[in-house]
Amino acid sequence: MKVPMTEYLRIDLDSEKWECRVCDHEIGPATKGYKEGMLVHDRDPREIHPPILDPDKYRYTFCPDPEWVRILEYYCPHCGTMVETEYAIPGHPPLHDMQPDLPVLRAQWAGRGQLAEPVVGPEVLADQGHSH
Amino acid sequence: MNKIATPAKTKTPSSEELALIEKFLNDTTLFLGPDPEIMQNHDLMPRSAVEDEAIGRMSDAHTIAKIRDRIQAGCDEGYEMVEQMGAAPGAKWGDVITGVYSASGDLAIASAGGVLLFSALVHHPIKFIIKNWLNDPTVGVREGDGFIHNDSRYGNVHNTDQSMILPIFHDGKLVCWVASTVHEGENGAIEPGGMPSMAESPSDEGLKMCPFKVVENYEIKRDLLTFLQNSVREPKLQYEDMKVKLYACLRIKQRIVETLGTDGPDALVSTLRLTMENVRTEVKRRVSEWPDMTVRTYVIQDSTLRENCVVKVNCKLTKTGDRLIFDFRGSAPEFTNRPTNTIVAGLKGMLSQLFLCYVWPDLPRGQAAFAPIEVITDPHSIMNCSYDAPNSQSLMSIFTGFTAGQHAVAKFLYSCPEKYTKVHAPTFNMINTFIWGGVSQHGETLGNLCADLNGMGAGATVDRDGEHALAPIFATMADIGEQELNEEDVPFLQLVSKKMTRDAIAPGKYRGGQGYTMMVATKDSDQWGFMTTCQGAKIPPMQGLFGGYACGTYPLAKIRGVDVYDVLLETPEKFRHSIEELMNERPFEGASYTTHHMGMGFEISKRGELFMISQGAGAGYGDLLERDPAGVVRDIEEGLISPGVAERLYKVKFDPATLAIDHQATATARDAERKARLARGVPYAEFVKTWNKPTPPAHLQYFGCWGEDIDKLYMGSAERFRTGSEPKPNYMPNPKDVRIAELEARLAALDALGGEKQ
Repeated sequence: MKVPMTEYLRIDLDSEKWECRVCDHEIGPATKGYKEGMLVHDRDPREIHPPILDPDKYRYTFCPDPEWVRILEYYCPHCGTMVETEYAIPGHPPLHDMQPDLPVLRAQWAGRGQLAEPVVGPEVLADQGHSH
Repeated sequence: MNKIATPAKTKTPSSEELALIEKFLNDTTLFLGPDPEIMQNHDLMPRSAVEDEAIGRMSDAHTIAKIRDRIQAGCDEGYEMVEQMGAAPGAKWGDVITGVYSASGDLAIASAGGVLLFSALVHHPIKFIIKNWLNDPTVGVREGDGFIHNDSRYGNVHNTDQSMILPIFHDGKLVCWVASTVHEGENGAIEPGGMPSMAESPSDEGLKMCPFKVVENYEIKRDLLTFLQNSVREPKLQYEDMKVKLYACLRIKQRIVETLGTDGPDALVSTLRLTMENVRTEVKRRVSEWPDMTVRTYVIQDSTLRENCVVKVNCKLTKTGDRLIFDFRGSAPEFTNRPTNTIVAGLKGMLSQLFLCYVWPDLPRGQAAFAPIEVITDPHSIMNCSYDAPNSQSLMSIFTGFTAGQHAVAKFLYSCPEKYTKVHAPTFNMINTFIWGGVSQHGETLGNLCADLNGMGAGATVDRDGEHALAPIFATMADIGEQELNEEDVPFLQLVSKKMTRDAIAPGKYRGGQGYTMMVATKDSDQWGFMTTCQGAKIPPMQGLFGGYACGTYPLAKIRGVDVYDVLLETPEKFRHSIEELMNERPFEGASYTTHHMGMGFEISKRGELFMISQGAGAGYGDLLERDPAGVVRDIEEGLISPGVAERLYKVKFDPATLAIDHQATATARDAERKARLARGVPYAEFVKTWNKPTPPAHLQYFGCWGEDIDKLYMGSAERFRTGSEPKPNYMPNPKDVRIAELEARLAALDALGGEKQ
C-alpha cells in the first residue's frame, strides 16, 4: 500500500519508506524525516525574489534580506525535483516537518484500499440560487 | 493572588468557613477584570438542564432544519442591514458578524458572510454578562436591555470591534441572545483608526468598553452615548453604528419571536443546542479521517511595527484519533511595550477562520466548528498575552498564526481522500493598505483605512494559480468598495491603484496570486496623514508549499519634497505609474526618495507627497520547473513578471519579440537545471553539519525558541531568554533612542561631542 503524502512524496506502508512520486526513488525510512534523504541547497533569496528597487540606492527593495532569511531548497537526489522549500533564519535547524504515525496510518488505509490518484477536492462552482 | 507565608500548623477551614470566605471575596471584589475562566475557553458550555429538557420534548430533525434555516436567514438579514446602513468602512467590506447565541452564551448560528473569525470569540462578552451582571442588583439583564462591548481582553478580536448584545426573553425567561459586531475602526487611541502601532500599554489603546448596559427599553441611553462620542474621533459614526447594530439585533429578534410564536421555545432552544452539538460531532468525525501525524512549521514576523527584529511564530500541529492539537509553544515571548501581542482568543478566532473558509466551508457558521480543536500556548507569549500587555496590533500575530496553521493543515489534507476544498498554499496574510486620519476637506475629523486591504493575493492550489488581489485572509468574501466614492469623503487620491506590481512574485508549478500597487497623495487638507501596519519588508511572512516559493518582501516607499498635483498639472510627462520607475528613475528634481519597513506610525503628509506600497502575493505551489511554459508567458503578457526574471527562474525559452515558446529549448534548459540542482545540492547529513547553529545569529534581535527546544525562549539575543512557563518583562527601547545612541557613539568616535556634559 502506497499513500501519496505530498505533491512529490509518498509512503510505502509495507516497506515504511518515503518515495519520490516523480521518479520512484526510495528516499529513506518513513520513521525519520524525508528531508534526511534529500539534497539541500542554501538559496540566496535575492535570486528568487529579485529587487524591484535599486539595491544601490535603497535599504528595502522588495527583496528579502539575505542576512535575515535564506531559502532551503530540498531536491530529490535522483531526479532533482524540488520537493519542498523552507524559508529559514540563518542557522536554524531544518524542521522535521512531517512525522506520521505509521501503524495508525496503516490501519486507516487498510480500510480504504489503494487509490489510483490522490483526491483533488471539489471545484468551486457558482451558486445557482434557490429554485423549485 | 500573592502567596502569603502561613504558619505550618494552619487550621484547615471547614466547608462552611470556605463558603463564607468565598462569599466574602465575591462580595468585596474590587474590580471585575477580564476573566481567564471565560477567556481561555473556546469550547461549548455544557448542555443545560433547560436544553436537555427541550431536546427531550423536541428533537425532530426536519423541524430543527427548518428553524435553523429561518434563524440563519434572520442573521443574514441583520448582516445585510449592518453592511448597507453601517457608516464604518468595516461594515461596507463585511467586517461584521450577526448571530444568535444560546442562553449560556454560545454562538449557535451566525451570518454566513463577512469575518468568520468572529465565530470563535464574540461569545466571551456574553458569558461575562451572564456571570457578572445577570444577578447583580445594580445591573441586571431585562427585556429591552442592550449591552455594548469593545475591549478585546473581554472578547472580540481587537478594540476596533464593537458589539451590541441583546437578551431575548420568552414568558419572562431568557431563551437566547442576539448580537451584532462590526469593525468600527476609530476608538480614540493614540493614533487614528483604532489599531495604534505606537501603543506601549493598554492605556494607549483608546476606548476600553468591558460589556456594559447602554440600551434600556430598546433605546440607546443618551448620556452614555455622549460619553462614548466624546471618547472617539468620529462621534457621528459612533452614534450611527450603535443604532445600526441595535436595529439589526431587533430584526433578528423579530425572526426569533416569530419562530417562538409558530414553534414554541422548546423548538428554538433545541435547534440552537443541537446545531452546535451536531457540528462539533461532525468536526471530530472529519478530523478522524486525517492521517495521524505531527507537522511542524514556523512563520516569522520581521518587526514589532516599531523596529525590525525576528519574531518567531512556532507551530506544531498534531492529529491523533479525533483530536487536533495546535501547539504554539516556543513562539516569541510577549512584548511588554509593543502592541503585536494577541490574547489567545484572537488566535483561536483566526484558526476558526481557517477551517470555516479554507477547509470546511460547508459547515454551519458558529462557534461549534472550532470548539473541539485544542490550542496550546505559552503564558505571556505573543500568542497568549497577559492583560497588561498592549494588543492593538494583534493582527500581526493572529495572521502569522493563521498562516502557520494553514501551512500545517495542507500537509494533513493532501493524503486525506475526504476533502471539502482543494489543498491550498498560504494566502498572503498581511493588510498591506493605508490607514488614514485627520481633518477632511469637509472639516470632519475622520480615522479609518483604505478597503484595498481586501485584495491580497491568494495562495496557489493543487491544480491552479492563486487569484490576484482576491481577499484578505480574515474576510474571504469581502468587497473592495468604490475608491471614487471614498474620495468624496477623504482628502486624498489613489493616484495609482489596481495595477499589478510586476516581479513581486511567488513562483511555483502554480504561482501565487499577486497584489496591486497603491500610491496615495493628500490633496485638500493640511491635517491629514497615513500609517501602515504590516510585517514582511525583510522576511516573507509565510512559507511556500510542496516546493513552491513564498512571496517576496514589501516595503513602504515615500517621495517627499514634491507636490505631485503640480507636476501633473504642469509637467505630467514626468509622472510614472509604477513604484519601480518612480523610485529608480527619480523624475522629480529636489524630492527625497526613501524606503521603510511597513510599520509606519501615523505620519502627517503634505499635499502632493507620495506614499507607495503594494499588496502581497499568495504562496506558490509545487516545483517551478513543472510550470506550464504557456502560463509563464501569460504572466509576462499580463505584466506580472518581467521577461528576464521569467526566463531565469522558470527556465522557459521564448522569442523576446513575439514571446513564442521554444518548447525544445525549454525542456533542455529545465533538464539542465535539474542536473544543476543535483550538482549543487548537499546531502542532508552533510549540510546540517555546517548550517545548523546552536543559538540564534548574533546579528539579529531574535525572539522565540531556536530549533526544537521550545522551553527556551530567546528575548533579543543568545544571552537573554526565559523559560516558556515563567514570564519575564520584555521591554523594547524606543527606536529613536537607539538611533540617537548610534549617532552619539559615532560623534564620540570622531571626538565631535564638543565637550558636551553627560
